[in-house]
Amino acid sequence: MDVIALSWRDILLAALPLTALAAIFAWQRLGLSRTLMIGAARTFVQLALVGAVLKGVFQNAHPLWTFCFSMVMLATGAWEVTRRQHRHFAAGWTVGLAVLGLFTAGFTVTLFAVLALVGVRPWWSPQYAIPLLGMILGNTMTGIALGMDTLTQNAWKQRDVIENRLALGQTAAEAVADLRRESVRTAMTPIINSLAVCGVVSLPGMMTGQILSGSDPLAAVRYQMMIMYLIATGAGFGSLLTVQLGVRRLFDSRERLRLDRLRE
Amino acid sequence: MSDFAAKDLLYGGFGPVTFALRKGEIVGVSGPSGCGKTRLLRALADMDPWEGHIELEGCAPSTIPASQWRRRVAYVPAESQWWFDRVGEHFSYAPEAADLCALGLEPEVLGWPVARLSSGEKQRLGLLRALVNRPAVVLLDEPTAHLDAAHAQAFEALVMGCCTAGMMALWVAHDPEQLARVAPRGYRMAAGGVWREVDAWM
Repeated sequence: MDVIALSWRDILLAALPLTALAAIFAWQRLGLSRTLMIGAARTFVQLALVGAVLKGVFQNAHPLWTFCFSMVMLATGAWEVTRRQHRHFAAGWTVGLAVLGLFTAGFTVTLFAVLALVGVRPWWSPQYAIPLLGMILGNTMTGIALGMDTLTQNAWKQRDVIENRLALGQTAAEAVADLRRESVRTAMTPIINSLAVCGVVSLPGMMTGQILSGSDPLAAVRYQMMIMYLIATGAGFGSLLTVQLGVRRLFDSRERLRLDRLRE
Repeated sequence: MSDFAAKDLLYGGFGPVTFALRKGEIVGVSGPSGCGKTRLLRALADMDPWEGHIELEGCAPSTIPASQWRRRVAYVPAESQWWFDRVGEHFSYAPEAADLCALGLEPEVLGWPVARLSSGEKQRLGLLRALVNRPAVVLLDEPTAHLDAAHAQAFEALVMGCCTAGMMALWVAHDPEQLARVAPRGYRMAAGGVWREVDAWM
């Protein structure tokens, strides 16, 4: 059984109710219609481009193309993490930590998946490696962005508390223990929630896609289970690592809170 | 030979500051707001970057971990912070009942929720919380700003008692009468951090 293909006309038709919604938003002066329409347009352009590029990459399967594509995903992910921060570490540390976290957690987990779980040959085969990496990096990115933002925002807000704890002779690690815990918890909340409701309240996109394209539902759920475990692992290790390194960056060698290393 | 001293200390655009304390001494510091008094105390506790020389009993801060230095040289900020639910959780050791009593606090205060504390109670408990670590030096930043006259004098008496037993204190205050009571000598800081010894507080 083959999936019923959608035509470009179907896509335009799908955009009609959304346009109507944007018109109602504008009429009610919610100040949302502009961003909604820009978002919709971005979805169209980005997906169309990615589709075209993927088609080319799949037809000319080569490790170099897989590598290039994954590097673009890494760079975009790191940029997106940076964009979601209210405060940045000065001197490029935010983007550096994001790249490190995404690479260490996201790429390792994806490698584990293609080598040990899916076992596709060759292991860099773009049809498997790229979508898996995309899903894992996307969730790792969200985790890292949430974790770092919670850490830096609250370090800023709670500076008096942290410094009072230092003044009482606590080590930097003791003084930010609560904040560190809160940052990792915040980073993991979305993924833990989705683990809990997966398949009951929400049907994950990948599984839906596989079922729509005619896969056996049992094969599709096994893929989905693997994906859920992998993205939780990626987001968890990614946020643990970046929050830990972020904490280090917040203090200097004399365990002083160095908020001068943050920029709005 | 001094027990706690700073020499040519530069910090956050202020200084140079030079002073020396002997064991048991209380030294006062006064000066207009914004002249760098709080920053001086923070630098001495090694909480802000500084340059120059600081030493306690012959040892520079860099010779021990920063957290240990801050237990020895305890900075007590003007506004104490409380981050747990109960007062007692903020104490690394239980304070002596006699000390609580000397400051006009009941022993039950340790079981209270922090939200129940007045700003004056917070200020007195903020001192006790630092004293239980048995510091060699306390750096007090306008420590009685929230206290009435009677509680302020009880506070002064407790610190002076500790100093009789060998503790040292750097006492930042605006009130010349208080400085005259607690600190036989001290320094005045002018705008921009110019630092000189005072002859008399009043």
